[in-house]
Amino acid sequence: MSFEVRTRLDARDFDMSLSLGPSETVAVLGPNGAGKSTLLGVISGLLRPDSGRAQIGGRQLFDLDGGNHRWSAPHLRGTALLAQEALLFPHLSVLENVAFGPRSKGASKAAARETARLWLTEVGALHLESRKPAELSGGQAQRVAVARALAAEPELLLLDEPMSALDIHAAPLLRRVLKRVLAGRSAIIVTHDVLDAYMLADRVVVVENGRISEEGPTRQVLERPRSHFAAGLAGLNLVSGMITEQGITTPDGQFFAGQHDPGWSPAPGQEGVAAFPPSAVSVFLGDVHGSPRNSFPVTIRDLEPHGDQIRVRAAGSGTGERGTLSADITPAASADLGLVPGMNVRFVVKSALVSIYPA
Amino acid sequence: MNSRSGTGYTGVPPWIYAIAAAGALFVLLPLVAMVAKVNWPQFIPLITSESSVTALGLSLRTSAASTALCIILGIPLALVLARSPFPGQRLLRAFVLLPLVLPPVVGGIALLYTFGRQGLLGKSLEVAGIQIAFSTTAVVLAQTFVALPFLVVSLEGALRTAGNRYELVAATLGARPTTVLRRVTVPLVLPGLASGAVLSFARSLGEFGATLTFAGSLEGVTRTLPLEIYLQRETDADAAVALSLVLVAVAVAVVGLSYGRRNAGARVEVQP
Repeated sequence: MSFEVRTRLDARDFDMSLSLGPSETVAVLGPNGAGKSTLLGVISGLLRPDSGRAQIGGRQLFDLDGGNHRWSAPHLRGTALLAQEALLFPHLSVLENVAFGPRSKGASKAAARETARLWLTEVGALHLESRKPAELSGGQAQRVAVARALAAEPELLLLDEPMSALDIHAAPLLRRVLKRVLAGRSAIIVTHDVLDAYMLADRVVVVENGRISEEGPTRQVLERPRSHFAAGLAGLNLVSGMITEQGITTPDGQFFAGQHDPGWSPAPGQEGVAAFPPSAVSVFLGDVHGSPRNSFPVTIRDLEPHGDQIRVRAAGSGTGERGTLSADITPAASADLGLVPGMNVRFVVKSALVSIYPA
Repeated sequence: MNSRSGTGYTGVPPWIYAIAAAGALFVLLPLVAMVAKVNWPQFIPLITSESSVTALGLSLRTSAASTALCIILGIPLALVLARSPFPGQRLLRAFVLLPLVLPPVVGGIALLYTFGRQGLLGKSLEVAGIQIAFSTTAVVLAQTFVALPFLVVSLEGALRTAGNRYELVAATLGARPTTVLRRVTVPLVLPGLASGAVLSFARSLGEFGATLTFAGSLEGVTRTLPLEIYLQRETDADAAVALSLVLVAVAVAVVGLSYGRRNAGARVEVQP
């Protein structure tokens, strides 16, 4: 079963196309308001786009192209939606909640309950079957909601930040449950968390401003990001520009020396990016002796603890169009240098740790 | 003065209590005055006289019928008003709520010119052999006309508070709109529906003006308890007072039931 959607919503400046292979899980990452939930709304039939079409395994969900007005209602789509909140029906017991999908599809009461018990066992919540939703913790409720969505036998499961409303103790258990039940199943998961992408998704789609800005296998996107959002999630600095033999030149003329893949050389004028971790950046006061290649003046924007390091965010002429680059230094070094926001310092980037690759 | 220990600061100025007490007295005192006027030795015979029992029975039956009619017509109206905005929605709401502020006698006249013999629909109904005006059906219609807004207002509020997020989830789980209505929407607003129905029943029970205008005052057919009380007042004041007390008792029971349900319903409200 494969899935395909292509859709446009003019009022929200939203234009995306996405396809899933059989039993593939795709993580949709992106900043708030980028259009992630809009995408799920259009697929599940809760939002009607201006144009586009979508199909699951040859079955049409909607076709609004070329004067067509085919639009199937949410209950006919086979796309169960799991939201941030569990939204269990408060007047029904846990068992009746999970049995809701099978009952709606015409199963007998006994058969629906049997299916419900099966899925409750799958998410480790069978012992909660006779409780009311008000008597569940957030994590329990969300696991029951997963069982309820799966019991409806969706061809495509849509998950809209399912972990974001849970406390840090409940999220790992749900993540393990999802990893188990998503295996061999088509699903789209909207998330803010890199861990979700690594653990649950085969492929990552990065969404910015209602468009897909980057997509690819999870590891590739997060280890060699091409979009600033993906780089931010992966904790990398990203600079884009023109690739040269020795490195990359940003549009404002700053040169970054770095490493290409062995045996690869750029075509003349090829666009590319340089990615490097904040730990590859050192901070110096005043002029640097010995003229290392990647050295440029910056102004500190802010400082904050990051693990056992201090993350220094700073902007300068060489930091690219998106503004800031980060450096991780020890608290001792930060204190010795007397760093404060607004201070002018120099960033020096070790060229051996800068990866250069085409965009 | 340790009797109030444990209660928090309310921020209500003391003089407010005095005015509130006056307000409560204003409602309570007339009831007390009426109870004081009751001819207790004759109370049971007065309220069990044939005409009284007939009127009470008719009142209860017609009020039950009009409450049912209010539920049948009111649920769809409240749904349409609470969900999916459409052009003219505000106008529709204004018209549905109009009977709340209209003098009932005006409502009765309007009904007469709709369902009466010479009325808008009455002429066609007459041809079909159906006569509505001055029948028990007319009583039910008059009561429904004045009571419907109570159910719609109460239910629309409950629907808006409940929101439609559970309904959307139910739809993505494969439930048809009718299934969603039956298994999710209505159960979630049941407390609001119940209190709306109770208010409608109470309003129907007390209906006088529209009934008298549109249905007349035929004993056993259209003479409900309020009409009977009004009639008895002219001839037998003791009977009028006794029957009034019966109506008060029924109203208190109905309101008590409504509050009990509402509190029970409040406990069901869970999950943000």
